[in-house]
Amino acid sequence: MIRDITIGQYYQTKSVIHRLDPRVKLLGTLLFIIALFSYKNPLGYALGIAFMCMVIKLSHVPVKFITKGLKGIMMIMCITVVINLFLTAGTPLISFWKITITYEGLAMAVTMIIRLILLIMGSSIVTLTTTPNNLTDGLEKGLGFMKVFHVPVGDVAMMMSIALRFIPILLEETDRIMKAQLARGADFENGNLVKRAKALVPVLVPLFVSAFRRAGDLAMAMEARCYRGGDGRTKMKPLVYKKRDAVAYIILFAFMVLSIFLGRWSVITGFFNNIYLNILK
Amino acid sequence: MDIVKADNLVFEYIRRDDEGNPVDVTTALDHVNIDVKQGEFVGILGHNGSGKSTFAKHLNAILYPTEGTVIVDGMNTTDESRVWDVRSTAGMVFQNPDNQIIGQVVEEDVGFGPENLGVPTAEIWSRVEESLRAVGMLEFRYKSPGKLSGGQKQRVSIAGVLAMHPKCIILDEPTAMLDPSGRKEVVRAIRGLNDVEKMTVILITHYMDEVVHADRIFVMDKGRVVMHGTPREIFSQVEQLESLRLDVPGPTRIAWELKKKGIPLPDGILTCEELVKEIQKCR
Repeated sequence: MIRDITIGQYYQTKSVIHRLDPRVKLLGTLLFIIALFSYKNPLGYALGIAFMCMVIKLSHVPVKFITKGLKGIMMIMCITVVINLFLTAGTPLISFWKITITYEGLAMAVTMIIRLILLIMGSSIVTLTTTPNNLTDGLEKGLGFMKVFHVPVGDVAMMMSIALRFIPILLEETDRIMKAQLARGADFENGNLVKRAKALVPVLVPLFVSAFRRAGDLAMAMEARCYRGGDGRTKMKPLVYKKRDAVAYIILFAFMVLSIFLGRWSVITGFFNNIYLNILK
Repeated sequence: MDIVKADNLVFEYIRRDDEGNPVDVTTALDHVNIDVKQGEFVGILGHNGSGKSTFAKHLNAILYPTEGTVIVDGMNTTDESRVWDVRSTAGMVFQNPDNQIIGQVVEEDVGFGPENLGVPTAEIWSRVEESLRAVGMLEFRYKSPGKLSGGQKQRVSIAGVLAMHPKCIILDEPTAMLDPSGRKEVVRAIRGLNDVEKMTVILITHYMDEVVHADRIFVMDKGRVVMHGTPREIFSQVEQLESLRLDVPGPTRIAWELKKKGIPLPDGILTCEELVKEIQKCR
């Protein structure tokens, strides 16, 4: 049961998006998110959706896989919709009992939904197309400038990749400890929430003990292999920009320019606002 | 020339109470003298708590001597400025394969050591390839370490140390957590390193049959070296080994029992073939 957990799930296939430099993808996600929150009219969102569709198409990842990530935030989406629908003041659309739905509320709810969905899709497409290792490499190199402020970027990246490497090992260990406890009559399935939480304590204690022991062993093994922090290390697989990365940057730049132009230009925004006002009348 | 030389090495674990006053002193190593020459295969045997792992950690500058000195390739391990040179000269393989593999792909793990040493990228690749080939793991280079068997993982660990181009490789009970077939493949890889690559090997273990082919053996007990000699010299003293709670290899044991019953066999038979030959001579 515990093995179903997949963190930073990666979908293995061959595509341009998979082969892109992780730095491009990270910066791309950041820009995409900024763009999403700067749109002022529907044309901007249409552009965002179109861009997302293009990336998904290029990535060769089945849409089903990407929408799976949306299930996790279903609850948040529902709450957002409800709050926006019922609690936005403005021109009433429908009114019953004590509840009023306004035009503004409806527009706000739709906007929020589109934003949230695009946000989750945008970030999950990065983890789906980039191996965790590649991702940490990208973060290390992309945030390299932080070294000026004495942030140990290399060490943090090393910690992240070790953490990722130990997830399956620790899951296996948890499974083993749980089975050992089950064999001695522990009950993890029955009882109320408090009871079940209590039953997990005898699992967590040995798990923590073993995790600390592993960490000690690993630290010793790393020192024996001359690990002395991120400085002065060379890379076996250094990140090098290729031609496709340059092309991706150009496309990103074009997307940003278009976003600012279409999504924020007063003429277009004004045009949509006029339509909107006509509906209200 | 001695690549490793421990001279009157003493190491004490000191337990302190809350105020920092020593309450209990355990002497883990008690005046140990061990020297290893370039190209040698040395076995260090001992039961649990004999101090053999503590000794190994001294060779890699993970622990420092309380008294005495440890010299690795002319460098004193207590010389702080040379710590990383010591560690890259004397590579170390540990017991638990899961806790010493850092990479998420076999080849990346092997590249970890050279990366730390600041080796240029192109050379890292050639070192990784040559090290994996030396332990017969080249075909698994793109695999995730989690998918390998214990013996394979341990061979990857050995390759990871080899890629640092050490002059000497120390293996601290590398087979203790493996099944018999895993043990065999690791021991075969270690012997290959010594025979083919002329690598100096220090193998620490409590399985006697793994050091039958060693050039010299040191037997440790309670922090002291109690026996020292070639495998033949050591294994002919069956009674003393048993008093140290060490198991003698099967053929040696049979020969010894037969000799006790009056069959004229020589001392220190190590392998099955030898035993068969000697028995045939008796007829």
